[in-house]
Amino acid sequence: MDKFTSHAGIPVPLRRSNVDTDQIIPAVYLKRITRTGFEDGLFSAWRADPEFVLNKEPYNRGTILVAGPDFGTGSSREHAVWALQNYGFKVVVGPRFGDIFRNNSGKAGLLIAVVDQDVVERLWDFAEQNPGVEIEASLVDRTITAGGDTYPFQIDDFTRHRLLEGLDDIGSTLQHADDISAYERTRPSFKPRTIPVRTAG
Amino acid sequence: MGKTLSEKVWDAHVVRQAPGEPDLLYIDLHLVHEVTSPQAFDGLRLNNRTVRRPDLTLCTEDHNTPTLNIDRPIADPVSRAQVDTLRKNAAEFGLRIHSLGDADQGVVHIIGPQLGVTQPGMTIVCGDSHTSTHGAFGALAFGIGTSEVEHVLATQTLPQARPKTMAVTVTGALPDGVTAKDLVLALIARVGTGGGQGYVVEYRGDTIEALSMEGRMTICNMSIEWGAKAGMIAPDQTTFDYLQGRPHAPEGDDWDAAVEYWKTLRTDDDARFDREVVIDATQLTPFVTWGTNPGQGVPLGASVPSPDDFADEAARSAATRALEYMALTPGTRMRDIAVDTVFLGSCTNGRIEDLRLAASVLKGHKIADSIRMLVVPGSARVRVQAESEGLDKVFLDAGAEWRAAGCSMCLGMNPDQLKPGERAASTSNRNFEGRQGKGGRTHLVSPAVAAATAITGHLSAPADLAN
Repeated sequence: MDKFTSHAGIPVPLRRSNVDTDQIIPAVYLKRITRTGFEDGLFSAWRADPEFVLNKEPYNRGTILVAGPDFGTGSSREHAVWALQNYGFKVVVGPRFGDIFRNNSGKAGLLIAVVDQDVVERLWDFAEQNPGVEIEASLVDRTITAGGDTYPFQIDDFTRHRLLEGLDDIGSTLQHADDISAYERTRPSFKPRTIPVRTAG
Repeated sequence: MGKTLSEKVWDAHVVRQAPGEPDLLYIDLHLVHEVTSPQAFDGLRLNNRTVRRPDLTLCTEDHNTPTLNIDRPIADPVSRAQVDTLRKNAAEFGLRIHSLGDADQGVVHIIGPQLGVTQPGMTIVCGDSHTSTHGAFGALAFGIGTSEVEHVLATQTLPQARPKTMAVTVTGALPDGVTAKDLVLALIARVGTGGGQGYVVEYRGDTIEALSMEGRMTICNMSIEWGAKAGMIAPDQTTFDYLQGRPHAPEGDDWDAAVEYWKTLRTDDDARFDREVVIDATQLTPFVTWGTNPGQGVPLGASVPSPDDFADEAARSAATRALEYMALTPGTRMRDIAVDTVFLGSCTNGRIEDLRLAASVLKGHKIADSIRMLVVPGSARVRVQAESEGLDKVFLDAGAEWRAAGCSMCLGMNPDQLKPGERAASTSNRNFEGRQGKGGRTHLVSPAVAAATAITGHLSAPADLAN
């Protein structure tokens, strides 16, 4: 994973709450077997509407999505994160996120910046009143700077550390393979195994 | 201070703890399906990694699979490629797979319990948010994304931050005609879609204890719909009776040792939850959704709300959008809403008990001329069981379609979809915009309401049929 320290880009105001992952990318777009090519599915139902924010200049070039509460709820599909990244988004700012979506974002390198709802309102206003003016998200400082204003955002220490260093989670865990083996030796014999196959038929 | 059920299961799976890091948890069972796994297997290949524990991994095909003509190649080439990819990956990495046409194929959350690989006290993950279903057995079960799928394949562990704990205590007898589905829909309407974020929830109280395993699974299944990390129910005699004799249930001395351990999986009397919610089951009635998230629901006897009914600005604007999408007018009685499709199935309500309940309502009736009703068993074995009980005849005689097992119209990845503007009463779990097909409109209901609605053509409960 690439290291993430800070990013400056055009903010996109998405004035909606409860944007579930089915809205971010509908199921019919989930059939690809790669991590790329999902940008066409991003918000596909809404992009049919010419008035939708991503159909307008300069927001179609935006890289920082400013979302309402409960963004990314529902399905666990990491394709929602890939669709945002494939489109060009690097950061999603919002007051509250679905847990699995937030986890997936951390793993895939999309920064989730949690701020209060009143900061979201101010960023929405800023994005609409200053179309095309970039804002900056600094992971080092945990801040978002828009115009002359700087707002703190929340992110857990461990995810921040991983993003800053660009760490590979699996590689880190495999360094503790001995601990895993030691744990496995303590597992009771009644725990089920899927192999050899047993079936009622 | 004592521990809650979820804390006991969590603590029993910690492989490693270090300051400033999440706990590294061991995973007892990893369920895999075709949609969220291809990129994870690619990642393994790219890094020359292997699957650490094929014997704790189980694959099935469910999301893309058709429910008609399952003996032929899948017609949609993209769906077929995804399913074929899972088959190839299972063969390459030595994993057990139940493919379309296999006796044990079915929706991943139906087949785990059915095979008895879902047991109390386990940690269970799957690249699917409804993995919370397995919590009905007292397992800690949660959905993960594809990066985490790869992590579990490679290491059989996951780094996880310790969640907060919540109790949902339900007391009193459910009134006639009120099911586990109504209970969980009413709960979500009360706490909101974000109410459970950051929590593992334990459902408890005499109402929960009186539920069958099927009912418990329905409730735990929808934990994710109010944002909870997982939902759990303490195992008891009902759990043990369900498991005993299943293909992968322990046997002999192992069974005795397992039950002895399982009986310890209860929240201690002096344990404390971070939050508690109390529900009086005796006040519940059949519950249905009117909007585009599972929290936008009302009793069947109520009317479509007005955005003005909501104090919170975000809820008000969400209601306005939802009413527009659903083409509903505030004040319309829910019972006056006509539907054209009824879907009975899914990991929420596709088990044998759900089919029995719907069949008992439909028996001797015909569905309305205006209605298309799809009955999709949750697994191939549920289908066989239903046929052995003659339920298929009841559905077919009533005018419904009797299909093969899979996720089907719950998410419309296969050909079973709503057309734009169509309106469904659905026993599934999500009424999101376009979830069941682009432009489709979904009302979430119980199997009993689904069956009664199919007969009358508009949202109804079985009690309405007598009038």
